[in-house]
Amino acid sequence: MAGRRVSVFHHQKQLNRSFAVTFLLFLLLAMFGAFMALPLIYTVNNAFKPLDELFLFPPRFFVRNPTFDNFYDLVYLIGSSWVPFSRYLSHTVFITVLGTVGHVIFASAAAYPLAKYRFPGSRALSTIVVLSLMFSPHVTAIPNYMIMSRLGWLDTHASIIIPAWAFPLGLFLMRQFMEQLPNSLLEAAKIDGASEYRVFWQIVMPNVKPAWLTLIILRLPSLWGSDGGSFIYSENLKTLNYALGQITQGGIARAGAGAAIGLVLMIVPIVMFIISQSNVIQTMASSGIKD
Amino acid sequence: MRAGSVGNRVILPVKTAKHFQWSALRKEIYRNRQYYILMAPYMIIFFVFTVLPVLASLGISFTYFNMLEPPRFIGWQNYSRLFLNDDIFLIALRNTFYFAIITGPVSYFACFVFAWIINELPPKIRAIMTLIFYAPSISGNVYYIWQIIFSGDKYGFANSLLIRLGIILEPILWLKDEKYILTVLIIVQLWMSLGTSFLAFIAGLQTLDRSLIEAGAVDGIKNRWQELWYIVLPSMRPQLLFGAVMQITNSLAVADISVALAGLPSVNYAGHTIVTHLMDYGTIRFEMGYASAIATVLFAIMLGTNLVTQKLLRKIGG
Repeated sequence: MAGRRVSVFHHQKQLNRSFAVTFLLFLLLAMFGAFMALPLIYTVNNAFKPLDELFLFPPRFFVRNPTFDNFYDLVYLIGSSWVPFSRYLSHTVFITVLGTVGHVIFASAAAYPLAKYRFPGSRALSTIVVLSLMFSPHVTAIPNYMIMSRLGWLDTHASIIIPAWAFPLGLFLMRQFMEQLPNSLLEAAKIDGASEYRVFWQIVMPNVKPAWLTLIILRLPSLWGSDGGSFIYSENLKTLNYALGQITQGGIARAGAGAAIGLVLMIVPIVMFIISQSNVIQTMASSGIKD
Repeated sequence: MRAGSVGNRVILPVKTAKHFQWSALRKEIYRNRQYYILMAPYMIIFFVFTVLPVLASLGISFTYFNMLEPPRFIGWQNYSRLFLNDDIFLIALRNTFYFAIITGPVSYFACFVFAWIINELPPKIRAIMTLIFYAPSISGNVYYIWQIIFSGDKYGFANSLLIRLGIILEPILWLKDEKYILTVLIIVQLWMSLGTSFLAFIAGLQTLDRSLIEAGAVDGIKNRWQELWYIVLPSMRPQLLFGAVMQITNSLAVADISVALAGLPSVNYAGHTIVTHLMDYGTIRFEMGYASAIATVLFAIMLGTNLVTQKLLRKIGG
């Protein structure tokens, strides 16, 4: 395998780097690639293992007799509890779709003026957004709980969806990407008498599609994997990841269903990334923090 | 064309006036009202759920507050208790730094090295390798798979492998033994840490100006290492700064993995971090004043580390 990689390398004209170093680097890549991929492949395999293979000793990595039993199990299991599986799934889909769409629209709307114009407060706002990349949401968890309770949003999906709209990384990346839009494009529309709202919606937004996908791919995993946190406590408002937690706590008999739900949780963000990869890379090229 | 619109160097009437004039500022704000309206939804949510909480947390940290009675001002007591009377916080602090000092630089370095190697592959393979390295960071809560891998009985993958290879005789309780908890958490965190910054580096390398490299070869750059240091790194400085922010913030915020794998509290607090300490006081004991003091310390550590690192990284490549 490593040999083939090296031959691939020789197709390109490169500056001199000794063969041994090149070989080592690609060996490194192959080894760590395996380390990264194996747990994911294992997740996929586990989801299709019949129960007796899940508890085989010694454990096998690959599935021998693939079966959909775990998925039937999962649907049956949660179908027979008083909150049906479809409800967990629909809540997760609801939160994810509304959260990501709102995030893309509002973050873009805020990014456009910050990327293209100077006005009182614009510099301060940009600085605050960059600073807010420098700490994690854990810092704000406690006051957030109080604010949620003041607003009466506790135990509603709004408590997950609405804060997700103002994810700082999204605004930051969108602003960086919009800075590259040619000014002539915007000027032309404004000479024709378009308002800023129109310019934003009809000129800017269609031109930053790669960045939409990037914002979605960065926002989606945490929403899709949301377990409702400390804000949602009603059983009939809970999400898919919460169901995973409940099932895996059910112990050995539930291992099959747990493996199946693990696959469901994992596959959606990964498929999204496969679809949008080239767009995401294009956006990230402008991600840097300027001196 | 309006003054103060498109263009980099813009001089606002407010700034140029010798005396600060409210009327000029008001006029300027009115003229730009469409921008404020566009930003309003995002900024209102951002201030309510990010800026206000940071300030509130700072304020609450000087009080005794249990959510039932109104907060009572107690000055620096929470902080003095935190650093002088709370042994578990010191454990959390030590674990967090230990964790961050290993995972932060290692993951940052790994992000760059792998991006650099992957960048030399042909496009198809490059896309696949990017996916493989990036996927763990977005695969959400599959740490449960690590629970199976590091399961304490002999059905666990790590145990059975080591037993079969004859390295150990008895299964190890990976997630219950103080000796191993932190190491396991570091491995899992590293597995998940090739995220946004990794993508930023890949993108930065792909859009690197080829003419710079050719010019460098003419100017006597002898090998790939010199090329890396004198050309590639300096021209990727913005991405490197951005990546550093992402990796530092993530490596100091480790908590979910610890809770999911080692539990809260973990055995003898072996996997305890500042954030799990915060969760303990904030969501279990409801000592909000104390928890806010922890949050404020965490905020200061994160912001301080990031700002210092930004300063240092600006020196890369001369």
